[in-house]
Amino acid sequence: MKNTAELRKTIDVQEAVVTSDPFIENTHRYGRLWMGLTFLFMLAVPIVVGTYYDVHPVFKDVAKGLLGVAPIFWTVALIEIITFTPMLGTGGSYLGFVTGNLTNLKVPCTLMALENSGFKQGTKEGEIISTLAVATSSIVTVIIIAIGVFMMAPLTPILNSEFLKPAFDQILPALFGGLAVVYVSKNAKIAAVPLIFMVVIFSLIPSLASAVSMFVPVGAIIAIISARIMYKRGVL
Amino acid sequence: MFNLNSVFLFVVSGTFIVFVLCQAIFFLIRAYREGMKMGMEKKVLMRTVKTSIAFTIAPAVSILLGVITLSKFLGLPLPWLRLSILGAITYELTAAASAAATMGISISEAITSGQIYVTILWVMTLGIIPSMVLIPLFLKKFQSGMSVIKKRDPIWSEHFMTALFMGMISAFLGVVFKDVSKGLVGFISVFIMMFSAAVMIVIGLLLKKYKIKALEDYALPISMLSGMAFSIFITGVIGG
Repeated sequence: MKNTAELRKTIDVQEAVVTSDPFIENTHRYGRLWMGLTFLFMLAVPIVVGTYYDVHPVFKDVAKGLLGVAPIFWTVALIEIITFTPMLGTGGSYLGFVTGNLTNLKVPCTLMALENSGFKQGTKEGEIISTLAVATSSIVTVIIIAIGVFMMAPLTPILNSEFLKPAFDQILPALFGGLAVVYVSKNAKIAAVPLIFMVVIFSLIPSLASAVSMFVPVGAIIAIISARIMYKRGVL
Repeated sequence: MFNLNSVFLFVVSGTFIVFVLCQAIFFLIRAYREGMKMGMEKKVLMRTVKTSIAFTIAPAVSILLGVITLSKFLGLPLPWLRLSILGAITYELTAAASAAATMGISISEAITSGQIYVTILWVMTLGIIPSMVLIPLFLKKFQSGMSVIKKRDPIWSEHFMTALFMGMISAFLGVVFKDVSKGLVGFISVFIMMFSAAVMIVIGLLLKKYKIKALEDYALPISMLSGMAFSIFITGVIGG
């Protein structure tokens, strides 16, 4: 465990590197360009499909359908940006938000890569490691799904088998159990209050589970407040 | 009749996926080169790539199951596109179901109308817009804001970041307890989480004793796969 002076020195060095680095500046430039092009591509898909088949969407139904999902999903998107971008770093954020599957894949993969390498997010080394992790994970996902799609006929009975069903149904507890040991054990004081709160709230009101993404910032706020109190009292 | 699995739709999805794949390869090569340039060890960079591959396989197969689920309603090309890039099953299924409900159709049957297909496609597209707009516009400013917190109090900023991590982890650990009121069956997820955690602790102990680096690198994939394997066993024993 580093003492306060050492920690302050490390952070000062990290700060100087990350705020003035041309690599990070260029990452923003390239990231905006790629994301902007992806955005245009994304909008082009329904336009191209509609034009090719000479069919047009029913705008009233689009608006109604959107009304059903937008209030929740636009809020979740905002929450994910605030919560995940500090973990993913600059390159990892631009790429991760384009390639999706953040909670179940890109974020844990990045946390694991940072932990194994010993570098912290916020340093340039951390930026390199997180970008490598998100990019690799994105490439592997695309390849596996492509293989699956083109071998759908032989694979479907195996993947949908009753034998394997529990394994895929329970992938999140299996993933977060291991992650918890790594992070909770190192930050037990900060983890205690939000963890107890979440266990109690989901045990008492199971229906909230469908909105778990909305509880990520709630957990963060609780953790920040309790950490702040402990920090001020010199407990951390 | 409108064909959900037409060659044209496969070509559109495939082109978009290849475009995003190029993007990932671009960021990968760029980060790797920069890492080498600044003197990071090659083996550290390669280890990150290898462990990320190992970690990704099981969740990616799980995402493939989402593609299969959605394909019954939307055909293969669209779920292939939306789950390879951009989305996640929780979002895509909900968006498709919401659009289908407004048109009074069921998501248990394949779409036969091009107009319904395009309408659903628009709902799914517009529903995911915020991050595609907000990140290019505000990520840099947001990071500058975080830097201000860091400069003001570096120690607190470290704890602040840890608290953000803990917020996410505690929410996903808490949700594992959602079915405990159902009795023993409701504890299946809890047992799996505990098993996965126990495997991680055993790996930690082995690491302390034998210091095998490879074991440390693959600790999370090993604990996750052990948890998944255990879920087959425990579900068979308890039922559920």
